[in-house]
Amino acid sequence: MSGVAHMQETMDILCPMHVVLSRTGHVIHAGPTVQKLRPGTAMMGRRFLEIFDLKRPRAITNMDGLRSIAGTKLHLQLRDAPNTEIKGVLVPGPGDGECIVNLSFGISVVDAVTEYALTSADFAATDLTIEMLYLVEAKSAAMDASRKLNLRLQGAMIAAEEQAFTDTLTGLKNRRAMDHVLARHAQWETRFGLMQVDLDWFKAVNDTLGHAAGDHVLQTVARVMVEETRETDTVCRVGGDEFVIILPYAKGSDAMESIALRIIERLTRPIPFQGEICQISASIGTAIYEPESGETMAQVLDNADVALYASKHGGRGRQTVYTEALRTQSQNLAPPTGRPTVDSD
Amino acid sequence: MHGLINRAVQCFVTDSYGSDKWVEATRVADLSFVEFEAMLVYDDDMTPRLLDAVSKVLGRPRDEVMEDIGTYLVSHPNVEALRRLLRFGGVSFVEFLHSLDDLPDRARLAVSDLNLPRIELRDHSPSQFSLICESPVAGYGHVMMGVLRAMADDYGALALLEHTGAGQGKETISITLIETEFAEGRTFDLGARAG
Repeated sequence: MSGVAHMQETMDILCPMHVVLSRTGHVIHAGPTVQKLRPGTAMMGRRFLEIFDLKRPRAITNMDGLRSIAGTKLHLQLRDAPNTEIKGVLVPGPGDGECIVNLSFGISVVDAVTEYALTSADFAATDLTIEMLYLVEAKSAAMDASRKLNLRLQGAMIAAEEQAFTDTLTGLKNRRAMDHVLARHAQWETRFGLMQVDLDWFKAVNDTLGHAAGDHVLQTVARVMVEETRETDTVCRVGGDEFVIILPYAKGSDAMESIALRIIERLTRPIPFQGEICQISASIGTAIYEPESGETMAQVLDNADVALYASKHGGRGRQTVYTEALRTQSQNLAPPTGRPTVDSD
Repeated sequence: MHGLINRAVQCFVTDSYGSDKWVEATRVADLSFVEFEAMLVYDDDMTPRLLDAVSKVLGRPRDEVMEDIGTYLVSHPNVEALRRLLRFGGVSFVEFLHSLDDLPDRARLAVSDLNLPRIELRDHSPSQFSLICESPVAGYGHVMMGVLRAMADDYGALALLEHTGAGQGKETISITLIETEFAEGRTFDLGARAG
């Protein structure tokens, strides 16, 4: 075997992506993997700079120029499609004026293996490309698993937040949720009706029949209020036996009144519990929020409270829609006697 | 034990026997949950308890179950990604065998807190090997048997495998290579990704 042939064989094993260029810049030998880049056309005999576009260093158009940058990193790109980007380094070759250019895919390797159907055998045994491909794949799989975990955790967080807006006994929204809903309506300038619902005689049920009966009554009450309102309405339990219903796009006092009466009628029906009968009723005070009124949410809640007190003073089991006139009766400005604070009826 | 390992047991039972059996196994193992998270780490004693429970629920010896887990990991389409990662180990079955020494390091490169038991290949002749596996969980050698059996198929090689015993926290598998190109084997395309 001649020395040149032997060297080429050696180089094909050590650097399967090298080309040998003649003094005139023509390819006189291409390593097996380089040839795989253009399986249809032989590289031999073609000018190197016709096959590859030298992107950097710029402004080099001939062999003399190439020889002058021996040892520096070359950024190349195949001139015809697929225009794979390739890295290279050029060194003086065995013959007079000849050069060897060793090539590598660099970061484009992930696409290149698919594009050119490369296998492990196309890379030198010492080349880390296969390990890199392994890592890319392993890391993507691990990242994928982590992303799925994150999505599940996010789902759990949303569920936890949802629960934090929910009253666990009744499944209704809680006071925190009510504040959010009110703030949103204020922001959107939605006209809405707000009902303060207070159960009557609930304490008696708790005292005589026990907390289990009380809980059952509260759950029944919650169900009734949800049934008697629209899906777009928000029913909140804001205290022991106090509820607030927010009814967006409220039509007017008449509509509010009939909803309130219907709720009271249903809550007045006896509620059976383990062979006993629980008898309660409800007092309701309603206020309507007009966005142009400039009222704050606290004022709207207070208006509904005044109307609620009017219902209580009026004998319970009734409903009142707020008007300014209610405030002229001082009794409406405070809870009825025997009901010192709002929370302990 | 890493969630990936527990999760592998879960996927094996669910994919091969259905989720009812899996839920039953978690109950027998006295776990308070049914889903393992692949990227979390669990108590070490959970895994052996889980394997015993699976063996009980399936009514099959634990060693047999563990070998099936190994086979499942390489051959089931749901875990194709793992087969691909193993195939990066070498272009032939013998090369793959020689890459096994690096398996724990390769695993750690991918997931830094995943510690696989050390394994060591000894070659006695070009066709006779033994694989010595550290086994922090009894029966790990059987999992490796299943993996090797399925990988031999994958490469199209014909090999005889025998679990030759356990002792001092190690298990040994004897491997006799009958033929390296016995069958076609499955292709391994470097660029293709497991979906």
